[in-house]
Amino acid sequence: MEALWFAIASLMLAAYAILDGFDFGAGVLHRVVARTDEERKVVLAAIGPVWDGNEVWLIAAGGVLFMAFPRAYSAAFSGFYMPLMMVLWLLILRGISIEFRLHADNPIGRELWDSVFSLASALLAIVLGAAIGNVARGVPVDANGEFVAPLFTNFLASGRCGVLDWYTVLVGLFALILLAAHGALYLAWKTAGPVHDRAWRLAGVLWRVVVPLWLAATAATSWVQWEIFANLIARPWSWLLVAVMVAGLVGVVQFMRQGRELAAFLSSCGFMLGVLGATMAGNYPYWLRSTLDPAYGLTAAGTAASAHGLRLALAWWIPGILLAVGYFCYLFRSMRGKVNQEIPAQRV
Amino acid sequence: MDQVFWHRIQFIITVTYHYLFPQLTMGLALLIVVMKGLSLKNRDALYNESARFWARIFGLNFAMGVVTGIPLEFQFGTNWSRFSDYAGDVIGQTLAMEGVFAFFLESAFLGLFLYGERKLSARGHFAAAFALFLGSWISGYFIIATNAFMQHPVGYTLGEDGRLHLADFAAFVLNPWALWQYAHNMAASVLTAGFVVAAVGAYWSLMGKHARHARVNLRLGMITAAVSSVLLVFPTGDEHGKMVARHQPATLAAMEGVFQGGPFAELAIIGQPDVAARKLENPIVLPGMLSFLAYGTFGSVVQGIDDFPEADRPGNIELLYYAYHIMAGLGTLFMLTAAVGGFLLWKGRLERTRWMLWILLLAFPFPYIATTAGWWTAELGRQPWIVYGLLRTEAGGSSSVHPGNVVFSILGFSGLYILLSFLFVDHLRRQIVAGPEPSGSH
Repeated sequence: MEALWFAIASLMLAAYAILDGFDFGAGVLHRVVARTDEERKVVLAAIGPVWDGNEVWLIAAGGVLFMAFPRAYSAAFSGFYMPLMMVLWLLILRGISIEFRLHADNPIGRELWDSVFSLASALLAIVLGAAIGNVARGVPVDANGEFVAPLFTNFLASGRCGVLDWYTVLVGLFALILLAAHGALYLAWKTAGPVHDRAWRLAGVLWRVVVPLWLAATAATSWVQWEIFANLIARPWSWLLVAVMVAGLVGVVQFMRQGRELAAFLSSCGFMLGVLGATMAGNYPYWLRSTLDPAYGLTAAGTAASAHGLRLALAWWIPGILLAVGYFCYLFRSMRGKVNQEIPAQRV
Repeated sequence: MDQVFWHRIQFIITVTYHYLFPQLTMGLALLIVVMKGLSLKNRDALYNESARFWARIFGLNFAMGVVTGIPLEFQFGTNWSRFSDYAGDVIGQTLAMEGVFAFFLESAFLGLFLYGERKLSARGHFAAAFALFLGSWISGYFIIATNAFMQHPVGYTLGEDGRLHLADFAAFVLNPWALWQYAHNMAASVLTAGFVVAAVGAYWSLMGKHARHARVNLRLGMITAAVSSVLLVFPTGDEHGKMVARHQPATLAAMEGVFQGGPFAELAIIGQPDVAARKLENPIVLPGMLSFLAYGTFGSVVQGIDDFPEADRPGNIELLYYAYHIMAGLGTLFMLTAAVGGFLLWKGRLERTRWMLWILLLAFPFPYIATTAGWWTAELGRQPWIVYGLLRTEAGGSSSVHPGNVVFSILGFSGLYILLSFLFVDHLRRQIVAGPEPSGSH
């Protein structure tokens, strides 16, 4: 039962990263792919109807994590106190900058909110990567199952390490470029005109950078935490996730060459799902490993809620998530087609 | 200063600020559905233009509600980790259900509602508004069910590991406390929306602008305020108060400023509690009314604060007393205002009665004050418990997070929220001054 909920919570977190990931990426590129006011409105209209729903995956995944693994939730959130507070401020700034940008009636205001939006998106992309890096590397969980992760210590990826070290910064950088490349494909798919052309060109450049960074991050992970790879090798079912990752990358390259925008974007989603899924599968049974003593790590079984609650929750989670997927399919379908500047901002 | 002091300050700031936004959006969602419905039924663009104007206000408030709401879910873990560890097995259910059943529905249809008017049929757009309303009201229920468990825990067992475990899902989700608290809270949210809509209508009327829209908003706002102000007191406020009397008698005593208990307890209308002298100063009271309201007969015994052990009394009697009295006093004034306004509306004189328009224009902040005071009553009244009778607040904080961290984040939130307030008010003011756009210009 814990294993199932570990998979469910990981999947929801991955869904969050993929969905909010493309609007983070669009945010990172916002000032680059769109130069004029009209073009920037196109970018915002492309993510406008969906970004809020994408962010809900974080809240919903957080809620499920809290319900199924209250001990992991409380230890991790209090341990990462400072970085999480900064994440919250960035999420606030990013969310309101989209809203205030739409209502700004002078160029200075628009300039300001465009910049806040881009900067907050870029920092959040890096943080998201650093967070995965922390999960893979582990944190200094002590004998009480608690830890305090300072923002940084000595930048070495072992012992009493901080949130940021050479390894997590590398993963953060990988995430920044990956999400920008992912967002570029989304924008290419959803827009027309100059925004589309620039996004499509940039996607080509960015994916050329993603590949070496991906190899570097993978190599670094095997150096920092070989056990993830050992687990993956020992668990044949997890090879499927590795296959999804590789197929996603091949798909991106192939479909970009053929000029198939939607297929390339979906391949990019597949690549991200594979990367995140393989990391979590290799990390199982740990939510958070301890860098002090492997026995202190926070495992799924050690932090789970009671079996009764978990069984019961499955009964509402399954219909609930089917409904949610239904809403999103309906939303994307209703908003299908490209946004372009001949149709002005369509928001009420 | 106990070790959860700063955790509490941060939560008070962030939760009080957050709730200003959903308080309006939940009620407003209902009114937008009504406007969209009227526009469908009467085939009149007027209602649809009004709905579109309020959708803009809604969008801004909703975005503020979302971004200030995420910190609350996070703080269960960051600041209240021992509470989450202790009660997560139970309250995790409703928090997770809120995400899965309410937030997905709400956010997906918000996107459709705000961006999809031209892509959907008139009926489809009405349905999107309805789904949005449904999502926001479901969300309200799950979070109140979570709070109700903290106020009046039911459906749990205390495990051998010293943690609470879910025993009876139905009892927990259908906690009678949650049902009345929810009804009371939603009545307050609808009242807020009613007063806000009426205030905008009054403003346009006074300015002599957008006359037809002003009339629609005045009428809809006034009717909403009249109905909800009654529901707020009876039955919801009355029944919720009886719940407090039954399950949190020490809280009732402190709310009412009753130091010494007994039969024929007086209901204090005003007065200042002098806790050291254990009496109310300058009181104006209704004899026997408290006994009657709390337990149904004038002779019923109401326990006083002094009947409870020191350790089990709410810590901040003064603030609790005032919070409750501000809420109840304003609630009475809302009924009065709505009755006068409703009478003038019925007589067809509301738009020409300038003094009443002024009252309505200036009244809209007070539902926010009353609701904030109401929630402070609930939360201060629950002290010294974080889960009533089971876990003390001082035992619920994160032990690994030191005050230096919390003060840092309090300052960060405060600065950010002050900035947001200026921006929000500025944008809102511009929207209201600009008013609704006629169909076709869009």
